[in-house]
Amino acid sequence: MRPISMETVEEKRREILATIQDRTASHEQKVTYLARHAENFLTVIDEPKELDELMRCPQEQRCICNLFEGDAPYRPRYICPDYPKFLRQGSGFLQLGAPQDLWEALNNLLILYHNVPSITNYPVYIGDLDTLLEPYVANVDDETAKKALRLFFVQVDRTILDSFCHANVGPADTRAGRLIMEVEAELEDAVPNLTMRVSEDTPDDFVLAGIRCALRSAKPSFANDRMFRSELGDNYCIASCYNGLYKAGGSYTLCRLLLHGIAKRSANLEDFKKNQLPFVMDVMARYMDARIRFLVEESGFFESNFLAREGLIQRENFTAMFGMVGLAECVNTLLEKEGREGRFGHSAEADALGVEIMEQIAAFNQAHQAPYCEATGGHYLLHAQVGIDSDKGSSPGTRIPIGEEPAELVDHLKNINLFHKYFPSGTGDIFPVDLTVHKNPKFVLDVIRGSFQLDIRYLSFYSSDSDVVRVTGYLVKRSEMEKLAAGQNVRQNTTGLGLGASTNCKALNRRVR
Amino acid sequence: MEALVNKIIPFSSVDGPGNRTAVFLQGCNFNCLYCHNPETIQLCRACGVCVEKCPTGALRLQGGQVKYDPSVCVLCDACIKSCPHSASPRVRRMAPQQVMEEVARNQPFIRGITISGGECTRQRDFLLELLLLARQAGLNTLLDSNGSYDFSADAELMAVADGVMLDVKAWDSVQHQRVTGRDNAAVLANLFWLAQAGKLEEVRTVVVPELFDAEQTVREVCRVIAPYIPLRNTRYKIICYRPFGVRQEYRGLTPPSAEQLAQLCQLAQSCGVPNAVVV
Repeated sequence: MRPISMETVEEKRREILATIQDRTASHEQKVTYLARHAENFLTVIDEPKELDELMRCPQEQRCICNLFEGDAPYRPRYICPDYPKFLRQGSGFLQLGAPQDLWEALNNLLILYHNVPSITNYPVYIGDLDTLLEPYVANVDDETAKKALRLFFVQVDRTILDSFCHANVGPADTRAGRLIMEVEAELEDAVPNLTMRVSEDTPDDFVLAGIRCALRSAKPSFANDRMFRSELGDNYCIASCYNGLYKAGGSYTLCRLLLHGIAKRSANLEDFKKNQLPFVMDVMARYMDARIRFLVEESGFFESNFLAREGLIQRENFTAMFGMVGLAECVNTLLEKEGREGRFGHSAEADALGVEIMEQIAAFNQAHQAPYCEATGGHYLLHAQVGIDSDKGSSPGTRIPIGEEPAELVDHLKNINLFHKYFPSGTGDIFPVDLTVHKNPKFVLDVIRGSFQLDIRYLSFYSSDSDVVRVTGYLVKRSEMEKLAAGQNVRQNTTGLGLGASTNCKALNRRVR
Repeated sequence: MEALVNKIIPFSSVDGPGNRTAVFLQGCNFNCLYCHNPETIQLCRACGVCVEKCPTGALRLQGGQVKYDPSVCVLCDACIKSCPHSASPRVRRMAPQQVMEEVARNQPFIRGITISGGECTRQRDFLLELLLLARQAGLNTLLDSNGSYDFSADAELMAVADGVMLDVKAWDSVQHQRVTGRDNAAVLANLFWLAQAGKLEEVRTVVVPELFDAEQTVREVCRVIAPYIPLRNTRYKIICYRPFGVRQEYRGLTPPSAEQLAQLCQLAQSCGVPNAVVV
C-alpha cells in the first residue's frame, strides 16, 4: 500500500462529513457512499504511473474514467449468477432447498437477489425470468400467476434500489414471458430493467406483446439475439444497462475512454491516431489489467464468496469491458482541427472517420492480452458506455448527440448500423415514439425486424408521454425526478443519475419518432 | 411516364399497418373543406406569390415556372401557407423508378408502401408501374383513395394493389356534396365492391360534427362491410378532425369530443366491425 498525505486525509474526511449531512440521500445511499469513501483510502492497485494525468485531472482534460469503481475492488463490477442451477440445487449458504412451486421459486429468487453484489451492491442481472419461471407457472392459472408476479416485481422495485437491475425474456415465446409483459405494463415501475431477446424465430405476436409493454413502461428493450449468439454463444445474458455478458460469470470492471478528451489533447487527426489514442488506450488497458489482478489474486472474492463456492458463478466465465464514450464529439472536434466539413451523423465523411476510429480501438483490443479473460479469448469486450450524469459535451458511446438527430429515423438507423457491431458487451439507441404509434405497434415491430436483419444490436423505445422513461440506458420515473429536484429523498439511486443526465445531457429531449 | 409527387415520407406509422413509406401524389378531384393537406389539391399556376414569401430564397420564378431548390429549403411551409390555389411549389416530377429508388433506401425497415395524395388514381398509369416495382421489391402495396375512381373496372391495377384505404366522408349525398363538392355514389359503390373483393384494407371517416352525421356514416358503412369481415379484417379508422394544416377559412370547425369518438368506435364494433380505432 502506498502512503497518502494528511492533506488527502483531511479532504476525504470533509467528503465523508458531507455524505453524512446530505439531506437528499436516503440511508441506504449514504451507507453505499460511505463504503466507497473507505475503499478510496486505499492505494493498493499497481496503477500505471501515467494514469493520474489522464484520469485524476480537471474534467475538461480527462481521457479515462473508472466510473467511481473505487480503488480496491473487492467484488466484480457485474455478476450474473447461474439462476437455473440455483433453482435446481438451492443454496447451503442461504439455507434454501430447491423450490417446489411458484411461491417458493419467487421467494428463493428474492432472497438470492439480496446476496448478489455488484458495483452498486444491487444485482445487475436477475435471470431469464420467463424460462426460469415457466415450469412453476404451469400448474397455476393466469390470474394467480399474475398476482404472484405482481408481488414479486413490486418487491424487486422497492428493494433493489437502482434500475441497473436487469431481467431477460425471449427469444422463445413462453406463457411466463407473456404474463411478465402484462404485469410489467400494468406496474409502470423503473425496476427491473428488461430485455426481450429477439431472433428470427421469435413470433411477431410475442414481440408485439413486448412493444405494447414498452409503450407503457419504457421496457423491454429489444436485443438482436442472432448477433449476441454469434459472438458470445448461447450462454449470454443482458445485464445492467444493455451489457452482453456470460451467465455464471460477468464483468470484473468497466473503464471508459473519453474520446472527446483525447481529441482535445490531440494537435490534429494524425496526432490523435498515431500518438494520443494509442497512448490512452495503453494506459487504460494496463489500469484495467491491474484492477483485475488485484480482484482475482488478492481480494479473495472468488475463494470466499458463496456464489463462487456453490458454483453459481465461475471465475472462468468473467471478462471485462473496455468502454468508450463521446465518439460523435471526438469526430467533430478532429474534423474541426483539420478544417474539414461535416458532422457526425450528418455526413458520410464524418461517419467514416467514426468507423476508422472504432476499427483502431477494436484492433488495439484484439492485440492486448487481458488477464483472466479466457472466456473471451484473452481480450476485453468493447462497450459503448451510456454516459454518466456529470458528462458534459460528450455523448454516450457512439450515439448522435441529442438535439442533432437526423430528421428522418431511417438516416438515424443507418448511422447506428455502422457502429453497433463493435460492441458485444453492449451498446444501444433509444427512441421516444409519438402517441399515434400506440395504434400501430407493428410500426415498431418493422423497425426492430429490419434493424435485426442488419447489424443493429439493441433498441429501446418509449412513449413520449409516459412516466417511466429511459434516460441513457437505465429507467427512471419522471415523477420521482420531480420529487428529487424539489429536495425530497427518493428510493432509487438512478433517479439522481437521471436528474443529472436530463439537466446536463438533455437526456429527455430526444427527437420524438 | 412521370407523375407529380408532393412528398415522400420515409417512415410512416399512420398510413396503413406497420412501417411504410408514404408517397403523396399531387392533385385531387375533391375539394374537402377540412382537408388537412390542401397544398396537394391543385397544380401550381406559377403565380409567384410563394416566391415572395420564401425566407431562404429556395424558390424563384423562371421561364414561367416556379423552381425549387431543396438544398436551401428549411421546410418552414411559408410557401404552401401562402399559396392562394391550394398547390405547392415543392412538387417534383418523378418517374416510377425514381420514386422506387427513394423507397428502396428505407428497406428493410418498411413492410410496404402507401400511395396517397391528392388522389393517387388521378395518375393511374404511373401508379400501376410504381406498384409493380414495389411488389417486385417484396413490398406490400396500399392505395389511399377518395373513392371517386372505379376500382371494379381496373383489374390490372387491382392485381398489384394489396388493398385500398377508402375515405368515406359522409353517407348522406347532400352532406357529402357540401363537404367535398362531389356526389358520393361512386364512393359507396367502391365501398361495397372493395369489401366483397377482399381489397378493403381500411375505411376512414373524419369526424367533423358541424359538417355531417358521423353516426349515420359509421352505422351504414358497417352495414355494408360487416358481411365481408371474415374475408378481410378491415380496419375502421375514426379520425378526429384537428385544425392543423386546414385552410384558414375552415379552421373554425369544432373538433369532436373524445367521448363522441369513443361512442362511434363502439358503434362500429357493435355493428360487426371489430377492428375499429380512434385516431
